[in-house]
Amino acid sequence: MAAVTEAPPLAPTPAPQKKPPRKRGRWMPYLLLLPGLLWLVVFFALPVIYQASTSVQTGSLEEGYQVTWHFATYWEALSEYWPQFLRSVLYAASATVLCLLLGYPLAYLIAFRAGRWRNLIMILVIAPFFTSFLIRTLAWKTILADGGPVVGALDALHVLDVTSWLGWTAGDRVLATPMAVVCGLTYNFLPFMILPLYTSLERIDPRLHEAANDLYAKPSTTFRKVTFPLSMPGVVSGTLLTFIPATGDYVNADLLGSTETRMVGNVIQSQFLRILDYPTAAALSFILMAAILIMVTLYIRKSGTEDLV
Amino acid sequence: MAFVNWLKRHFVVIAGLLTLAYLLLPNVVVTVFSFNNPKGRFNYEWQEFSTDAWRDPCGVSGLCGSLSLSLQIALWAMLGATVLGTMIAFALVRYRFRARGAVNSLIFLPMAMPEVVMAASLLTLFLNMGAQLGFWTILIAHIMFCLSFVVVAVKARVMSMDPRLEQAAQDLYAGPFQTFLRVTLPIAAPGIAAGALLAFALSFDDFIITNFNAGSTVTFPMFVWGSAQRGTPVQINVIGTAMFVVAVLLVLVSMAVGNRRKRQRT
Repeated sequence: MAAVTEAPPLAPTPAPQKKPPRKRGRWMPYLLLLPGLLWLVVFFALPVIYQASTSVQTGSLEEGYQVTWHFATYWEALSEYWPQFLRSVLYAASATVLCLLLGYPLAYLIAFRAGRWRNLIMILVIAPFFTSFLIRTLAWKTILADGGPVVGALDALHVLDVTSWLGWTAGDRVLATPMAVVCGLTYNFLPFMILPLYTSLERIDPRLHEAANDLYAKPSTTFRKVTFPLSMPGVVSGTLLTFIPATGDYVNADLLGSTETRMVGNVIQSQFLRILDYPTAAALSFILMAAILIMVTLYIRKSGTEDLV
Repeated sequence: MAFVNWLKRHFVVIAGLLTLAYLLLPNVVVTVFSFNNPKGRFNYEWQEFSTDAWRDPCGVSGLCGSLSLSLQIALWAMLGATVLGTMIAFALVRYRFRARGAVNSLIFLPMAMPEVVMAASLLTLFLNMGAQLGFWTILIAHIMFCLSFVVVAVKARVMSMDPRLEQAAQDLYAGPFQTFLRVTLPIAAPGIAAGALLAFALSFDDFIITNFNAGSTVTFPMFVWGSAQRGTPVQINVIGTAMFVVAVLLVLVSMAVGNRRKRQRT
């Protein structure tokens, strides 16, 4: 604070007429950055380091923990919880693909076909956010309830026979199966896919569509050769915005799933808050962070849009 | 055949509207079940129509307390994140300084990290410091993860601003402070407001980070989570429905006002 109050008198110091903005400019950016960055360093970056150190500690709650460079924790955590890791990646990837398939038509509709309904549909896409996502996730318990209309219809169409055979559902139940969890994840992160898709679709010049049409391209060819490539930035940021939070999520797996659908988030949560095995929990969380950073870096490099962020 | 052609032509519209229905279905269920009179402790099966819960929304112990706590935390987190984030955004757009890349990645990383990782690592910090988990640790955590979103929102607006407007103000003998207050701030205001609203919404609805760092303090999402284990009162649906209706009404009113102003100008 002292630095801030000292800043104004700097202006009338000797030779202010020559380059006053520069004099001011030298300290200003650091003063503006300092409080916010300090917050992020202390409460975001430092904790990551603390967590890394916790993961190589041994000891117990009663006697306290010491850093012993016990890297075996990582090995033990991975060998015990690899199914949960695998499940997290699989569920999150399925939800991301579903979000893309479901979200693309809606984003396209808002961008090109909605006309004067555009604002209304946009509000309807964002509106669910106004109700707490936990309440909305609990509503899926009602929608997918055993013997309810949705499950009944799927059963009558013999969809459940196929999904049961694939292991996505169990018998005539949808709740407490992988399908319910993926359905919940898809639902929860769908707006994060639609909004970036819409932003990138909306920027496309409609005359490009007309040009493609004039050059005898079929609608499907226009989509494949013009629209979709131009919407790639939206596809990339949309998939990242759904995949990353979906991998770490434990709410859907807990509310809509069973012990057979536990994801790595569930393990971290219970190790931290119930079992109080901090080193294992920290190691799991660290592995998750590293895995996501590696996957995201590879993905961004592969999709060739590094100027995304 | 005509039907198939029709289906082909309107494929995007039909698929889009189906997705919209998928997005809105849970809200419909939440609203309908706010008028339910459940038999057991859980409100998952339809029994009979009743307006009991609407007449007594605070009838469940702890519900309205948690709601007001969540509102308080969201307001303070909004304030803190907006002030800190706006300062960073201005610094990033307006000034040259060293280590810009490092600053950018420090702001980007919290958005690219699963919440559970941030939550768990922050908890290890608090445990190591021996901090008392509660209101303050929740607030610290919320400001931390809202900050980056405010920076992004404000930055977009400040970047699209015409720098000549500020030069004009200075040519007209406005001091730096006056220029900022009367030219820069009003132009940046929509971006700051968008960032603030986003921060409020993110903080109010946050569960995972709060779950780790709240100790025994119960925010509204924590209350809903707890009730999913113990029994879901109808009042939860009432609050969910009321929030939805109020927010949609606010958006519609603000849009109507905006349209009217636009028409008056032209």
